[in-house]
Amino acid sequence: MSLFRWQHPSGRSAPCARMPFVESPRNSRRAQGALLRISLVAMLVIAGHAFAASGAIEPLPFKDHAQEVRFQNLTKQLRCMVCQNENLADSNADLARDLRLEVFQLMQQGKSDAEIKRYLVDRYSDFVLYDPPLKPGTWLLWFGPLAILLAGGVVVTVAIRRRNRGNGAIDDDKPADGRQAGNAPADMGDDW
Amino acid sequence: MTPELGQLALVLAFLLAIAQGVLPLIGAWRGNRALMAVARPAAAGQAVFVAMAFGILAWAFLRFDFSVQYVADNSNLALPWYYRIAAVWGAHEGSLLLWILILNLWTVALAALSHKLPEVFAARVLGVMGLVAIGFLAFIIFTSDPFGRLLPMPADGADLNPVLQDPGMTFHPPVLYMGYVGFSVAFAFSIAALLGGEVEQAWVRWARPWTNAAWGFLTLGIVAGSWWAYAELGWGGWWFWDPVENASFMPWLIGAALIHAQAITEKRGGLRAWTLLLSIFAFSFSLLGTFLVRSGVLTSVHAFASDPRRGVFILIFMAIVVGGSLLLYALRAPKVTGGKPFDIVSRETALLIGNLMFAVAAAMVMLGTLFPLIGDALHLGRISVGPPYFGLLFPLLMAPVVLLLPFGPFLHWGKADGDALKQVALRAGIAAAACAIVAAFFVQGQLKAIAGVAAAVWIAVGVLLYALKRWRDMPRGRRYPAEMAGMLLAHLGVAVFVIGVLLSESLSVTHDVRLAPGQHEVIAGYDFRFDGVHRTAGPNWRADQGVVTVQRDGHTVAVMHPQKRTYAREQVQTESAVDAGVFRDLYVALGEPMDANNIEGAWALRLYYKPFIRWIWGGGLLMMLGGFVCAGDRRFRIKRIAAEAALPPVEPQPQESPA
Amino acid sequence: MKRFVPLLVFIGLVGLFGFGIWWNSWHDARYVPSPLIDKPAPDFALPKLDAPDQTVTKASLLGKPYLLNVFASWCVACAEEHPVLMTDGRALGIPLVGYDYKDVPDDARRWLREHGSPYDLVIADQPGRTAIDFGVYGAPESFLIDAKGVIRYKHIGPLTPEVIARELQPAIDAVKREAP
Repeated sequence: MSLFRWQHPSGRSAPCARMPFVESPRNSRRAQGALLRISLVAMLVIAGHAFAASGAIEPLPFKDHAQEVRFQNLTKQLRCMVCQNENLADSNADLARDLRLEVFQLMQQGKSDAEIKRYLVDRYSDFVLYDPPLKPGTWLLWFGPLAILLAGGVVVTVAIRRRNRGNGAIDDDKPADGRQAGNAPADMGDDW
Repeated sequence: MTPELGQLALVLAFLLAIAQGVLPLIGAWRGNRALMAVARPAAAGQAVFVAMAFGILAWAFLRFDFSVQYVADNSNLALPWYYRIAAVWGAHEGSLLLWILILNLWTVALAALSHKLPEVFAARVLGVMGLVAIGFLAFIIFTSDPFGRLLPMPADGADLNPVLQDPGMTFHPPVLYMGYVGFSVAFAFSIAALLGGEVEQAWVRWARPWTNAAWGFLTLGIVAGSWWAYAELGWGGWWFWDPVENASFMPWLIGAALIHAQAITEKRGGLRAWTLLLSIFAFSFSLLGTFLVRSGVLTSVHAFASDPRRGVFILIFMAIVVGGSLLLYALRAPKVTGGKPFDIVSRETALLIGNLMFAVAAAMVMLGTLFPLIGDALHLGRISVGPPYFGLLFPLLMAPVVLLLPFGPFLHWGKADGDALKQVALRAGIAAAACAIVAAFFVQGQLKAIAGVAAAVWIAVGVLLYALKRWRDMPRGRRYPAEMAGMLLAHLGVAVFVIGVLLSESLSVTHDVRLAPGQHEVIAGYDFRFDGVHRTAGPNWRADQGVVTVQRDGHTVAVMHPQKRTYAREQVQTESAVDAGVFRDLYVALGEPMDANNIEGAWALRLYYKPFIRWIWGGGLLMMLGGFVCAGDRRFRIKRIAAEAALPPVEPQPQESPA
Repeated sequence: MKRFVPLLVFIGLVGLFGFGIWWNSWHDARYVPSPLIDKPAPDFALPKLDAPDQTVTKASLLGKPYLLNVFASWCVACAEEHPVLMTDGRALGIPLVGYDYKDVPDDARRWLREHGSPYDLVIADQPGRTAIDFGVYGAPESFLIDAKGVIRYKHIGPLTPEVIARELQPAIDAVKREAP
């Protein structure tokens, strides 16, 4: 079983922000052997609990505000490989800082967004993109909702057609379950 | 009060839950009134013991009883008392205890307010609630006991996760759970209806206020979570499409669909099977959320694997509850399409389309959230799905809903009046176009902002037109029944939400800057002057606190105090300073000092200008209010039943139809 | 029949979740497969840890397969992996090149003195720039590079005897079979 632990070079434990309410590894102390090791892993990773963007705040010498906005948008679409639930713009991890600098330098060299993304994907795989690329493996992801929508649309259309063919005159505003038979007076608000 | 008493209380609660879950259902099946009558007292007893257990745990926190492992892990001597109470639900075991406590709250409320329900039906509903309680209590007792001891007792505890030491975060879980767990009531109603062969036609009307209230709570819980993330996580973001967030959003979407489907079923008798199915789905998604967050199955969020035993337990529980209900549905759902017929242009159709979009949206969120797992299962490699996916598909799916919203109340049931609709379309359309053109001048052609203004005005004008129509047409006192008022509020909330999202996303300005004390930076017309950093301290933290003075047009608008706090065990937390405003927020986060040894020198700062961001939560709060107001409609309260039919099976008799 | 659709979909989901729990219990949650497998290793020029004035390039290491092991003195898991390298490293039959990642050279040298060095050669990447080209995102990581400089296998996390037996050794054997 492979274990992977990441630790911050300065000796602090990992600065990954954690959405709270994630199970604490300390509670799994009844875990056996290997699981216990995983818990230790997690303790090291989580114990640091440094939050928010303090390490991610670094003024870079942008040419102008437009470039800064482009940088912010681009790094928001990239995943931090260390703190994998954070994007590159917000992560405190040391690697994130290095990669932000890398992205900045590539921007200065005139590379386009697509080229910068390709550069990172070549080194870290598609996982570094938050936007799953469209390829056979992700057809289900991108076309699934459309398929469900179409299927649902067919069902709804059939349902409407069936009702439309209907049982007699289509009247409106009369409640269905016999409430007119004396229980709820009409002014209880059922006149709309 | 020793923690072992807490364990005992949980066991007793468990036994009572078994009584509550099993006996009334047998009683309902057999027509045995004695067994059915067990439901209410068992529910009350269970609630008492769960409350006791919860109280004992809270007391252990208040008394600093570090001999309890959970207390030692989640608090320490310096933690203020209010956060010590919040620490009860700060981690897995305690939050499960909160879950079951809230389940008991809903059950007791149901038991108290259901005396006028037919006996058999009430017994079934309470029985189903009992079954759910059995599962959760078993989960706690067998895998997640919060009362385990830690011996020898440490002198001081660890600490509550600093991220949780915030009012927003202490408020968010209980409210969120009120929503999640509240869907169990609608679930119980529909299971009871299925079990009883849907003899009680009015069960949907009885279910509506409970469903609306639960949805209202869930809305509030999500808003609280979003606001907390914005205030605490320091990135100025309010939604990340993180799997944990999605886990709460899916039941919300299904709940919204359910509320509308219930309206159709209640008033027109149609769509009974779909309403039943949605009720099952809503609670199933709540359970799914519980599973996803605690099982470690979504590996991209968690950096470690949780105890697989817990994952397996919840999975089995979910399989039984959800699988059992879906099987029951498959076998006993009404096969005949009932209900009054309706035209293609009618309120029913519009609601159906809305339902479709919400359901597809929920499915899309589920697909995106689970896709990394599917990728692992099908050996497609490590797939990453994030905001670009959700942020594209969700607005696309909601666009038809936004378009249809103004027409909603103007559409009659059965067959709509085309002229009225054309009028609404014209007026709302012109208003939206006009506002969009005006907006275009102010926002320099930012399409998102213009679209947001147009969509929001389109919806809001539709709402206002209908409110005006009611004002003109109806006499005082009958203009706005609660159900309608709730609808108007909630739909208005959608408009406010839409404009908040689109304006803040397109017009926000974020800027990282290095400032020495005395230096300024201007963004969006606001002048931020950094006045240096000094040391300060709080009850259980020490901090570097900065002072930033914000001026506009020469006079001071705000003095902000961003902090970098250090809690016990060197845990560092950035507390951003937020100057809240109705039309904009100003936000400052402290980065790192240029020279680590000299905090009085220059620092890196992140400055944000966020226009209309409060409208996002304002819109959410309006929606919540709409849900609660609608739930309070007198029409939903159960009137005294004229006569109780003799048992066994209850024959539906028209004049007895419970209101 | 269509009434059974939700149930069937749900059963599928339960299967997926069951798989997820099982998968999770023995897979590392943060493991991301490398896109550099069977691609040439990036060109690099890094100083030796012991003799910073001497540079080691990719070209100078061509001709024989070797294991590039990313480690650092600040990395706790590396300390865990270390004994395995000390005992089983020799037995691999190929040179071990240590890659000191984002470390202070003095700390690294001290760490190797304390723990012993299984490496035939240690290069230092203090800024961590070259590591980005390798797709490194933490430590320890190990790359098997063949005689032509192509990355043939990457392992993320500490090397254990099981991993060596199950994955690394067969990969080394396959590489060796190609070259005489």
